[in-house]
This record gives sequence, structure tokens and C-alpha cells, in this order.
Amino acid sequence: MMLSDNLHTYLILALFLLAIGLYGLIRHRSFIGMLISTELILNGAGVNFMAFNRFLAPDPAVGQVITLFIMGIAAAEAAIVVSYVLAVYHRHHTIDPEEMDEMRH
Amino acid sequence: MPYQYIAEALFYVFVLLVMFGSLLAVRARVLMHSVLGLAVTLLGVAGIYFYLGSMFLTLMQVLIYVGAICVVLVFGIMVGYTPEEEARRGVKGRPNLLLSLIASFSGFGLLVLVMGRTVWEPFTPKTGNFSLEYLGENLLYKYCLAFELISVVLLIAIIGSIILARGTRKEDDEKAYFMGATVPRPMRKGGKGQ
Repeated sequence: MMLSDNLHTYLILALFLLAIGLYGLIRHRSFIGMLISTELILNGAGVNFMAFNRFLAPDPAVGQVITLFIMGIAAAEAAIVVSYVLAVYHRHHTIDPEEMDEMRH
Repeated sequence: MPYQYIAEALFYVFVLLVMFGSLLAVRARVLMHSVLGLAVTLLGVAGIYFYLGSMFLTLMQVLIYVGAICVVLVFGIMVGYTPEEEARRGVKGRPNLLLSLIASFSGFGLLVLVMGRTVWEPFTPKTGNFSLEYLGENLLYKYCLAFELISVVLLIAIIGSIILARGTRKEDDEKAYFMGATVPRPMRKGGKGQ
């Protein structure tokens, strides 16, 4: 009974990534730290899709397309957040999310 | 037959990479160590994708996540880094730690419970076409909408990040101010402010 042939292994791995990402999202103080945790959560979702793709999907191209989609979305989000951090730092000289609690600061 | 056991042992190595990398990513005090932990986690997930049948996704994971997103994160840290960001962790200290532990443990526990009780349909072991030709053909014929949508999303993200990172120029601020928008009053060169 190999562990890498079992669906439950991959699902538990994906849930582990979700839990760790959620922990980091609440604990981190800076925007970049929160972005790192969000990337962990997105990867957990990707592992989940790929696990179902291998074990239960009739057409194995669907899960791969979805996972590629998730990767593209994560890349776009990372670019936007980093340029946001750049703009905020240029204007206010701090990246503390506690200070940025209103839309017009 | 020993190859199966070597493959299984390597699977455990990737699972350990994912676990310890993610723990490093969320518990590090220095932000650069978090990015390092994220890179290790993403390499582990790339190995997991290999065991899930897709070599193409392994390559794309390394290329996109480790090769592009982690580099962009390092640039973001370089730009917005102040030394006092290092040592602070958590918003209010103890209640934040409690809340985060409650959130992650309860989420994990509930979902593992649901997963354990669900009767998944009988596992079909690796039938179907996992090859790259099949994926490429489907991506361009049957799932071309996803393909086009992701390119539109990436285009909008590029335009948005260029606009955000460019910042406002002084003549844009002046024009906006004199048209009645709420921007700070632009100062003249060498003169006094308000």
C-alpha cells in the first residue's frame, strides 16, 4: 500500500498547505509576508486539483489546465501586489499594513 | 522491483520539503527567509506534481513560481524594506497567535474530517492520456477560452502594475488639482507650500 498511490495523501498535503498559509496570513506583519502565505494557499489548491485530476477525473487534461490557470493568476497577483508595495512605499515610506487602513490616506 | 521503493522514498523527501519549507515561510523572523521557505515549498510541490502524472506542470511550477514569482518577491522586499519590519511579528501579540492557531487547526481538522467521511468514487489508476500533446491539443481546441482569458488577465495585470509603479508625475498632479480632484496641492519649485 504505497502512500503516493493514495488519494488521501495528496488531499491531506493540500489541506496542510492551506492551514499553514492561513496561519501565515494572519501572523505576518508586512504585505510581502501576506503575499507569501497567499501563494502557499494557492499551491494547496493546485495540488488538490491535480490530485483529483489523477485519481478521479475522466479527462486528465482538465486538472492540468486549471492548475496552469491558477499559476497564471498567482503570477498576476504577485506582480500587482509588489507594484502596489512599491507605490505605497514611494508615497508614504512605510509598508506597515496597520497604517494603511483607509483608502485615501 | 527496488525502483518502486526508491520512488516512494523520493516522494517522502518531497513531502518533507513541502512541510518544512512552508513552516519556514510562515515562522521566519526575517522576510528573506520567508521567501526562501516559499521557494523550497514550491520545489517540493513541483516534485509532487511529477508524482501526480504531469511532467509539464513540474517544469511550469519551477519556471513560473520559483523562477518568476520568487524573484519578484525578492524585488518587492528590496524596495520596501525597513529594518524595523524584521523583528515585529503579529499585530497584537498573544491574541493574534491564538486566532491564527485556531483558524488553521480548525480549518485543517474540519476539512480532514469531511475528507475522511466522503466516499470517493473508486480510484481509477492512471488511465487516460497524460501526455503533453493531449494537453496542448485540448488547451487550443476544447479549453481555448481558459487560454484566452488567462492572457487577458495577464495583460491587465501588466498594465496595472506599470501604472501603479510609475507613480504620479508632477504635471498629472497639477492638472488633477486644478480640475477639482482631491490631490495635495502641488508645490512650486523653490517656493513655499501652502
